[in-house]
Amino acid sequence: MSTQNNNVSSEIMIQLKGVNKWYGEFHVLKDIDLSVSKGERIVVCGPSGSGKSTMIRCLNRLEEHQQGQILVGKTELTNDIKNIETIRREVGMVFQHFNLFPHLTVLENCCLAPIWVRKVPRKDAEATAMKYLERVKIPDQAYKYPGQLSGGQQQRVAIARSLCMNPEVMLFDEPTSALDPEMIKEVLDVMIELAHEGMTMICVTHEMGFAKTVANRVIFMDGGQIIEENNPHEFFDNPQSERTQLFLSQILAH
Amino acid sequence: MIVNDNKIPDMPPPASTVGAVGWLRKNLFSSWANSILTVVVGYIVISNLIPLIDWVFLTSDWLGDSREDCTSGGACWVFITVRLEQFIYGFYPESEYWRINTIFVMLAGLIAALIFEGTPKKGWLGAFTLLIFPIIAFYLLYGGAFDLEVVETHKWGGLSLTLVLACVGIVASLPFGVLLALGRRSNMPIVRSLSTAFIEIWRGVPLISVLFMASVMLPLFVSGETSMDKLLRALIGITMFQSAYMAEVIRGGLQAIPKGQYEAAMALGLNYWKSMGLIILPQALKLMIPGIVNTFIALFKDTSLVLIIGLFDLLAIVQAALSDPKWLGYSVEGYVFVAFVFWIFCFSMSRYSQALERKLHTGHGAR
Repeated sequence: MSTQNNNVSSEIMIQLKGVNKWYGEFHVLKDIDLSVSKGERIVVCGPSGSGKSTMIRCLNRLEEHQQGQILVGKTELTNDIKNIETIRREVGMVFQHFNLFPHLTVLENCCLAPIWVRKVPRKDAEATAMKYLERVKIPDQAYKYPGQLSGGQQQRVAIARSLCMNPEVMLFDEPTSALDPEMIKEVLDVMIELAHEGMTMICVTHEMGFAKTVANRVIFMDGGQIIEENNPHEFFDNPQSERTQLFLSQILAH
Repeated sequence: MIVNDNKIPDMPPPASTVGAVGWLRKNLFSSWANSILTVVVGYIVISNLIPLIDWVFLTSDWLGDSREDCTSGGACWVFITVRLEQFIYGFYPESEYWRINTIFVMLAGLIAALIFEGTPKKGWLGAFTLLIFPIIAFYLLYGGAFDLEVVETHKWGGLSLTLVLACVGIVASLPFGVLLALGRRSNMPIVRSLSTAFIEIWRGVPLISVLFMASVMLPLFVSGETSMDKLLRALIGITMFQSAYMAEVIRGGLQAIPKGQYEAAMALGLNYWKSMGLIILPQALKLMIPGIVNTFIALFKDTSLVLIIGLFDLLAIVQAALSDPKWLGYSVEGYVFVAFVFWIFCFSMSRYSQALERKLHTGHGAR
């Protein structure tokens, strides 16, 4: 337990208060309350359609919440486009389908946002990009196009691309769900390393091994609500709610 | 259990399946029906091609200065060669032909440099071609600056007018089309409905009526003193009309870009214009090259419609020459010549677009 709590400070990084969201008539997020401290690693799991992806996509305004309050750092997410862009600069996101820019090389993918958003000189941006590509162990692919890489390599580039913006928080939206089984490990290894370095992370994932290794807290969502929230040890060994027990029995059965 | 340790060496394929014989057999004579079809179609093509070649090349006349020089019985290209200057320069004063020639040479040089792979600083060259060159070309063509004599636009004509119409139309309709396409997909209701209305109105009207309105009706609405140049009105009409088409082609391309690309751009903190300019449009325009070039080619040919408002483009000027009593009866040569010139330009655009597609292909799917 003690290793899992290293680097966690009392500084609140992300706070959701009574967040509600509807898609038309459909109530996707119901009274979500959550606060994440700096350096904390949160794993969000739950059956599909439970609103877990929607929740983390609300954190950088890829989805708009209709009620409640979301604070990232000291900034509140409102319709003010300046606030939204400030927050997006500080929040990195990794997607299920990588979403690399196919018309740009790996290096250009990584440099684009630092150059155009942070106004970093190209030389410095490239140096930073190479540093992160080395961290995710694919510096030799820097001049290839995403289409020439395997899924696992693409996802690692996507992680490096986010890191190049030097974010305060990283959001992972099912980063391994679209990968072939033999590639999941290489991506998880990168994520585990990132966690050990003290990055604040919120991961929507079904990789329970990952949750056990690095998470400070596991959150279980169902029907748009947070059903259970606990440390991984308690969460897996002693789930409290019936729905959590059912979910865990289903995913751990095979 | 089967274990096979014998490695069979590579053997050449049977002789009847490779080489010229193999190709003929596979493509032209694969069955009885196919063989008959090949022979019949071959006969039709050859029996028409021989007289055509004969008419165009073998028994044609190229040199001379009146119809009396056309004695061989084939095509009388003398009609074209005698009037070639007029077909190219229209009614432009002969002493000023060098101005048009300079523009032709510059344009050809710039395009060649832009197409050539190894040109350094292509971005700057492209910007020069799109931003500075039109200004130079305008002052050269129209004059009125740098001690150049003013040549009124009603003296412009022939191939040079066709190229002016086509180049301005092409260069102006693309950015307008992009803006309209973005506007039509915008989240802002006013921008969206204005763009949609603009596109639907211009697209729903035939180009001929656009040109008529530009030349006949527009002057009625605008007070007499501020009369706009007729060519300028035609150019505006063509540009508006073609940008509506262009917008729909580009909108198709924008729709083909997966949502994830927009989201990734946004998540990195890129604002709307940067994500469009750096991420979405480069991919969409690449997908849309065939559609865009298709629109360009249509535009190029549509320029000949300006003849109905009294502008003498290549087709109009050849037609006018045909009614010259000295050359009555050579309309076939005239039209063949016009068709050939149009075809050369359109075919070059088509080939260039194919080369561009191959060059921009970076070995990836749509993701």
